[in-house]
Amino acid sequence: MTRARIATAWLGGCSGCHMSLLDMDEWLFELAQVADIVYSPIADVKIFPEDVDATLVEGAIANEDNLELALEIRAKSRLVISFGDCAVTGNVTAMRNPLGDPQQILQSVYVDAPDRDGQIPVEPGIVPPLLPQVLPVHKAIRVDAFLPGCPPPADRIQAALEALLEGALPPNRGEAIRFG
Amino acid sequence: MSNKVIIDPVTRIEGHAKIAIALDEAGQVETARFSVTEFRGFEEFCKGRPVWEMPSLTARTCGICPVSHLLASAKAGDAIMGVKIPSTGVKLRRLVNLGQIIQSHALSFFHLSSPDMLLGWDADPAVRNVFGLMGAEPELARRGIRLRGFGQGVIEAIAGRKVHSPGIVPGGIADAMTTETRERLLAGLDEAQQTAEAALELFVGMLDKFEREIGAFGLFPSLHLGLANDDGLWENYDGHLKFVDAAGNTVADNIDPADYRTYIGESTRRDSYLKSPYFKPLVADGENVNAGIYRVGPLARLNVCKTMGAPLADEALLAYREMAGGTANSSFFYHYARLIEILASTELMRALLEDDAILDPMVRATAGINHRHAVGVSEAPRGTLFHEYHVDQNGLLEEMNMIIATGQNNLPMNATVLQIAKEWIDGHDIPEPVLNRIEAGIRAYDPCLSCSTHAVGKMPLDVSLHDHEGTLVSSVQRG
Ligand code: SF4
Repeated sequence: MTRARIATAWLGGCSGCHMSLLDMDEWLFELAQVADIVYSPIADVKIFPEDVDATLVEGAIANEDNLELALEIRAKSRLVISFGDCAVTGNVTAMRNPLGDPQQILQSVYVDAPDRDGQIPVEPGIVPPLLPQVLPVHKAIRVDAFLPGCPPPADRIQAALEALLEGALPPNRGEAIRFG
Repeated sequence: MSNKVIIDPVTRIEGHAKIAIALDEAGQVETARFSVTEFRGFEEFCKGRPVWEMPSLTARTCGICPVSHLLASAKAGDAIMGVKIPSTGVKLRRLVNLGQIIQSHALSFFHLSSPDMLLGWDADPAVRNVFGLMGAEPELARRGIRLRGFGQGVIEAIAGRKVHSPGIVPGGIADAMTTETRERLLAGLDEAQQTAEAALELFVGMLDKFEREIGAFGLFPSLHLGLANDDGLWENYDGHLKFVDAAGNTVADNIDPADYRTYIGESTRRDSYLKSPYFKPLVADGENVNAGIYRVGPLARLNVCKTMGAPLADEALLAYREMAGGTANSSFFYHYARLIEILASTELMRALLEDDAILDPMVRATAGINHRHAVGVSEAPRGTLFHEYHVDQNGLLEEMNMIIATGQNNLPMNATVLQIAKEWIDGHDIPEPVLNRIEAGIRAYDPCLSCSTHAVGKMPLDVSLHDHEGTLVSSVQRG
């Protein structure tokens, strides 16, 4: 049997969805029996690999690095799953949207508030510029399924992965699509 | 020929980061910078929202240590109401924090850092992770996963959920503890404690292999900050602020956390969304903020306290201090300190659970808005965490500031990256295991970058090497 190639990615989120994934605890051993985790913040691979069966994407799209990675994920994954409320709706990460221009927010946080050396971080190639508005993942790329929750509880993540390993999409009824 | 290395993304850390190293004309390492690349803006979008909502909202700064934010935020809420919370409420909050220290430290050691130590710095990057560990050392991996699960279970049992728990509220804790919960947690303690002891033994047994790492993973003098109590015991929930120097001498003590701004300044850098706090009294106007460098977290807490207040952990602390030569100033010892804190947490948890007072139904005080300004502080797994709120008469936030543990380790992490780069990089060629060592130097701090920029976080890191003319020589991205 060929092993499934699963990836997980972390865009603009708090990593709580990934922590909930780790809360599957010993089921992780079962997952490792049948699948390879080919890219993940908890592993060391730096470049998103080719030919991934399914990628769980945590977080919203908040800056140019997030956007670039999202496009790469889409190009290289058969299925993309919005993983958690930030990915599905923007959630907490998108709470800056009503404040408008991110430059104003940066000004207040990095120039007005600090005791000294106030400046907006801008180093090209290092600090990615913020997008004017934070986007849920499906506003930037096509998404095949949604797994809401802040974070989704571990048993729901497990059910989603079990479905994916069977070649099906995650359940999308009742508890499985509850937010918060 | 170009002379700058960039590690992008830095992996197996809890945040989004890059590392840029610049070489001089002779090809020797000149500077190394650690940058955090995510920003969410909590301080801004929380304005106008009710103080009651702050615990659950600010918990979303970080899914790894949400309990720290819940506690600092709830404590700021206690002070805004002006209430003294019931003593069992305090005990339950302490239990949750101990649960979090266990789960977060277990994650740092077993899931993120032990693959380097056990599988080797030069192991194939594809297996150098917790899944690789499951294959190579299944028993150890299982124990680590179960230990983290135990800590998460304590949080869930007391505060309602493993991640972003709703049960820690201004005034205390939402629900009293039941007898069944108490029994269940006590039943899991033995195994947790045994795993903590086994991990310590394993780590101490490996230490002589890491002589070079101990000498180069951030070995430098700095101040250390932690919460302290009047008995000099290890503290993680209450107490005052205390700074000691590299020799263990007290530099500032008995500081009310509400006065933190007198001692802690914040500066900003052009190439990072992570601010750099510094010890204000040591930095003259115009002087480099590095003069005020201090560390927080397990290493600092063990330097600040006299003893752990738990017998097994105190034995371990003696051996640790002997190894470190008194005050520990190598950041490699963060790992060691973390394991001692796990052990202490299991012992202190047992004492709290065995006391019948833990079942007292009085766990929450209520009141309205009675003060307009407050600072809440807690010891997060990674170090001292501050939440400062100004509210209007209805409790809506007018101003907010958070100082995050990982930010306070920003200057030390930069010093560490530079030290490791100088120790291992010679010329333009940077082999992969060297990159991994640079990242491992960062990993020793267990930085939580989602917190640190109150920002969006993620785990990757990215190293770039630039020459003296600023041209990119190599950008190291492993794949
Ligand atoms: S959905 Fe919730 S848990 Fe997941 S990243 Fe967003 S804030 Fe964190």
